[in-house]
Amino acid sequence: MASKPRIKVPKSASAGEVITIKTLISHEMESGQRKDKEGNPIPRRIINKFTCAFEGATVFECDLDPAISANPYFEFNAKVAQSGTFKFTWVDDDGSVYEAEAPIEVK
Amino acid sequence: MKRLLIAGVALATGLAATAGAIADPVDDTLEIDGTPIVTRTAAPEGHPFDEVLSGWLFREAETRDVSRDSFENPGMIAVEDGETLWNTVMGSEGKSCATCHDDAAVSMKGVGASFPKWDADSQKPINVELQINKCLTEQMGAEAIGFNKKGQRELTAYIKHQSLGMPVKLDLSEGEMQSWWDKGKDVYYARTGQLNLACASCHEVAMGKMIRADHLSQGQVNGFPTYRLKSGLTSLHQRFRGCIRDTRAEQPKAFSDDLMALETYVTWRGTGLSVETPAVRQ
Repeated sequence: MASKPRIKVPKSASAGEVITIKTLISHEMESGQRKDKEGNPIPRRIINKFTCAFEGATVFECDLDPAISANPYFEFNAKVAQSGTFKFTWVDDDGSVYEAEAPIEVK
Repeated sequence: MKRLLIAGVALATGLAATAGAIADPVDDTLEIDGTPIVTRTAAPEGHPFDEVLSGWLFREAETRDVSRDSFENPGMIAVEDGETLWNTVMGSEGKSCATCHDDAAVSMKGVGASFPKWDADSQKPINVELQINKCLTEQMGAEAIGFNKKGQRELTAYIKHQSLGMPVKLDLSEGEMQSWWDKGKDVYYARTGQLNLACASCHEVAMGKMIRADHLSQGQVNGFPTYRLKSGLTSLHQRFRGCIRDTRAEQPKAFSDDLMALETYVTWRGTGLSVETPAVRQ
């Protein structure tokens, strides 16, 4: 049950300031290593890719592997030069793509 | 000589003050995403303490910081799950909680601060968990949720979270709430179990002291269901039962008369504290 992702980006910053971005998505991150009660393997279903882009330019991206636990949380820094929007995407093994965005105003 | 002696006394006092400070509740203020939270306030009339203190003041700095930021608070994931349940159709009537109550941010505001309430139908106090069950069975044509089962904690946390920052205030004049309060007080002060402990032994007499590595708080319930670092989202009656188990007594059933009376009384003991659900505790 992947629900809406949560993101935290400051509403405003001064030009050139290094800001902290936090993101979290609720996701089971089923590793594919487990078996159910009958002994059948539970198919793998994880978020396999996360990206953050600012006005089209990639700020941060990473691949995720089955060892990452449920509800993956990322915290990273970015330097902002002008106002714009951060776009976040999470790619699920089943092909779903979860998206979120957050604007920031640079004074 | 006299001067030396004074210096010695000062040193001794200094040491005592430091040793005491380790176990005292901290002098700190809590704000959750801009909402000011009352963590210490004057006690209501008839309360054994002069000041009511939130359990937040007794926790380590790192734990307190996690509470400050709803993004960092792992309990918020449960609150989001609760929101999903709120909007999920359950039962034969095709209703979800939202069908009748609409936006929880409006309709459930204050609920977490004023339960348990008097329930005229059952002639007993009713808490949020049992109110959910009452809605499920009487309005939605669904089955009641068993203790700690199927999202009970999550839905309760979501409902109580809508009252974040609001002061706890019970209406003891409703129905027979006062007599249940009296009964809860008896439970609170009754010594029980092989260790012969009452709630009051730890949370009143020894409040602020260390019990091995554990800093004893007043045992306030304004943050339930809480996110405990050792067991995740924990409901109030689960916590009551855990405490009672630790006295090596027989555990009363969740939502039994004893525990409903205790919930009424202990909630009253936290009158004036802000609702902190989902609080982060050790």
